[in-house]
Amino acid sequence: MIELAVNLVFQLLQMLLVIGLAPLLTGLVRKAKARLLRRKGPPLFQPYRDLARLARKEAVVADSASWLFRVAPYLVFASTWVAAALIPTFATGLLFSWSADLIAIIALLGSARFFLALAGLDVGTSFGGMGASREAMFASIAEPAMIVIVFSLALVAGSTQLSTVAAYMASPAVGLRVTLGMALIALVIVAVAENGRIPVDNPATHLELTMVHEAMILEYSGRHLALIELASMLKLLLYVSLIVCVFAPWGLAIADASIGDRLLGAGVYVVKLGVAGLMLAAFETSIAKMRVFRVPNFLGAALMLGFLGALLLFVSRSLK
Amino acid sequence: MNALALLLGGDAALIALSLVAIVAARAERGGAFVYAAAFALCSLLLAGGLDHLLGRHAPEGLALPIGLPWIGANFRLDALSAFFVAVVDLGAAAASLYAIGHGHHERDRERVLPFFPAFLAGMNLTLLADDAYTFLVAWEFMSLASWALVMAHHRKPGAAHAGYVYILMANFGALALLLAFALLAGPAGAYTFAAMRAGVVAPGAAGLVLILALVGAGSKAGLVPLHVWLPLAHPAAPSHVSALMSGVMTKVAVYAFVRVAFDLLGPPTWWWSVLALALGGITAVMGVLYALMQHDLKRLLAYHTVENIGIIFIGLGLALAFKAFDMPSVAALALTAGLLHAFNHSLFKSLLFFGAGAVQTATGERDMGRLGGLIHRMPLTAGVFLIGCVAISALPPFNGFVSEWLTFQAILLSPQLPSWGLKILTPAVGALLALSAALAAACFVKAFGITFLGRPRTPAAERASETDRFSLAAMFAFAALCLIAGVLPGLFIDALAPAANDLVGGRMPAQIGIEWLSIAPIAESRSSYNGLLVLLFIVTSAALAAAAIHRLASDAVRRAPAWDCGFPDPSPATQYTADSFAEPIRRVFGAFAFRARTRVDMPAPGDMRPAVVVVEMRDLVWDTLYLPVVAAVGNLSRRLNRLQFLTIRQYLSIVFAALVALLLVLAAWP
Repeated sequence: MIELAVNLVFQLLQMLLVIGLAPLLTGLVRKAKARLLRRKGPPLFQPYRDLARLARKEAVVADSASWLFRVAPYLVFASTWVAAALIPTFATGLLFSWSADLIAIIALLGSARFFLALAGLDVGTSFGGMGASREAMFASIAEPAMIVIVFSLALVAGSTQLSTVAAYMASPAVGLRVTLGMALIALVIVAVAENGRIPVDNPATHLELTMVHEAMILEYSGRHLALIELASMLKLLLYVSLIVCVFAPWGLAIADASIGDRLLGAGVYVVKLGVAGLMLAAFETSIAKMRVFRVPNFLGAALMLGFLGALLLFVSRSLK
Repeated sequence: MNALALLLGGDAALIALSLVAIVAARAERGGAFVYAAAFALCSLLLAGGLDHLLGRHAPEGLALPIGLPWIGANFRLDALSAFFVAVVDLGAAAASLYAIGHGHHERDRERVLPFFPAFLAGMNLTLLADDAYTFLVAWEFMSLASWALVMAHHRKPGAAHAGYVYILMANFGALALLLAFALLAGPAGAYTFAAMRAGVVAPGAAGLVLILALVGAGSKAGLVPLHVWLPLAHPAAPSHVSALMSGVMTKVAVYAFVRVAFDLLGPPTWWWSVLALALGGITAVMGVLYALMQHDLKRLLAYHTVENIGIIFIGLGLALAFKAFDMPSVAALALTAGLLHAFNHSLFKSLLFFGAGAVQTATGERDMGRLGGLIHRMPLTAGVFLIGCVAISALPPFNGFVSEWLTFQAILLSPQLPSWGLKILTPAVGALLALSAALAAACFVKAFGITFLGRPRTPAAERASETDRFSLAAMFAFAALCLIAGVLPGLFIDALAPAANDLVGGRMPAQIGIEWLSIAPIAESRSSYNGLLVLLFIVTSAALAAAAIHRLASDAVRRAPAWDCGFPDPSPATQYTADSFAEPIRRVFGAFAFRARTRVDMPAPGDMRPAVVVVEMRDLVWDTLYLPVVAAVGNLSRRLNRLQFLTIRQYLSIVFAALVALLLVLAAWP
């Protein structure tokens, strides 16, 4: 009984941790990008202030908007939050980690995208439609790429359960593998595209014709916008956590670890987030944005890499 | 009273009802009477099928002295037929309920009513048949009744063409099945399924039977490249019949394939699964790409049926592969995934066709480019249609996700297969499945977004009103089932266990006993999914967020004109349409799949011509496979036509030559 309670507390901690850290990660990336451009940049905690300010403002809703427009932000936020809470951040084998495996987590993000694209179409403006249509095109390649990456991971670890995968990756059994290298590159490409970072989309612009994510949410304001912004911050955190827990699982508290180990895991996790955020900022400042119809090629490379990695595993399984 | 007798009695009553309907169609409330009676009968049949399936009864057989005098008609009810009876009659009951309200608006009732119960009876009898003769008669009965329903509004443009292509393809498919059964029966002419099961077919002949079954059942189900009739015929029928044809009749075809490939044909060879997997993968992706290019709502749904048939065949193909290498428990997983997807598809596709029918009645339009904003005027229809869209896009926590998830799990077990061909094929099929799932989500963002969201594009869409009670009842029932099958998939997986056990000799672990009502296809450490918890988490966190923000921050709302970057356009024509929404995807995939070419004719400045964009797309399957056949037949008949205009002397010499040739053949015969 006590064990259940402790586990429940850690599960709740995980949910609060991801939502608490997500704006900080975004703030860090913004700050680091500004410093790399020799600007001063906004304070590290500016995203929290922005969110609080947005939440307190009244929401302006277009005349032609339906109930879906007002419900969608909550659904998008909830699906993303649940997905993010199911990724092992500081410990594996949390209480509910088995309720959805990696395929289900990807599908949860798919649900969030589905409703966001519908919200983009709801008001009936041309910008919203453009964003939704382009998002659908990106997703139609990014999602299969993600699934074939999952194939590779699942075959290496013998499970689609993310907790089991992470525990396996942390164990010495894993070794260095070509497949995992391909999966890492593919996963990074997908993560960059899914979060609308440069070179796929530019999170810092509003009035640019190539924009995707910002076009979909153009009509949102106030608390709805705050929720969607928070959801996209959570999504960035989610992808970083996913890459970190699979490819850099050092310090991760394995199931049934002591409380001290878990706290240590949490500390290590924050450090890893910071490093990943700095790397993302450096990456974004060093390249230019690509044309919208170059993105399918970029994502197609991820799909092919992931597929080759999986194929390698399928074939090499029999050689042993 | 045993369930089989009950089912046969119900089918006889349906046939009698179709005779009554000839008279009833002339009466004022005759339509409601016929549909209500069909609803009652289908509910009875559904109860019979469920009783057999859930009660885990032993197979029942029954021979009736009708049909050919020396064989009679054999019927049998086992777990597989009981499952499909449940799928068919659930869909049929809902379609009848829907039609009580929807049929009210129908013109040419006397062309629809008599054939509707006959169609239902034909599908049911096909599932119960236990000899090749009865099966083929019932199969053709089903085809002809549905053909008559497709031709109900035969004066509408395109309907006659649709009916013509349909009847040709149906005959072609029936011929393939006939040949398959002839090979199975062998020289002794063993027509009953029991004798075929006991008989041994030579390996070469067995492969041929499988190919013929794939062609025969696949042409009815809509496997690419045999799908060409489906997007023509399904939308041409009245909407409740479209729902039946797309949601239910394709499942009868799946049943035919499963019955032949898993039951009658004996142990499979590995290359059979290669055929089913490759066709399934291609069908899934091509089906959804075709669907994405449509702007007619019902045709989009029909093409999307093709995609789902592909997913079902991927599951069945994997099951064949695992069965061939004697891995019964994994084969059971793959087969369960395929069959569960057949059930799920019957739910959401029927639901979506009901919704499309409601939209058509309310606005008189099927073209999405002339709709829009219907969520304001048809809120309930929009709500259930949205649930159908989420479910069909394989998004949690609805049912479509569960069966696709199970299929992925089966694919992940395929490295254990010892065959090299399959080792390379299965990850490719897995990638195709993932691609089709992602494209399906795009397709249904488009279907829902363009039809129901945005601003109305025509006055018809602006004046629409909510549909009737009966239609709504049918749609709500199926929307609820989509959710239940999504959050409690264990119940449905366990119900399928006897069918899997009969066909592949193994079963998945029992799912009911697992903690928290999760499902775990192999072992929990390997993979598990809990739709109920996922739903609970989403609802709780959304409610939490809403409560926190409304309480702590602000809940003020102001209505204002749309912002649209400061340049709001007053005309609804500037919204994205079905075609413009799919344009990026057409650029990425269409150039390859449809040879899509876009020509832009932009007049020079000062020129008063309007600018024109022309998009050319080719249906490669039709152009490369069907047109040559059509051309050859036309060519041949033109040549033979000359024989009609000969003189009497020439006819006599032809007759004489034919006689001599026949005698020579007889003389040379050993």
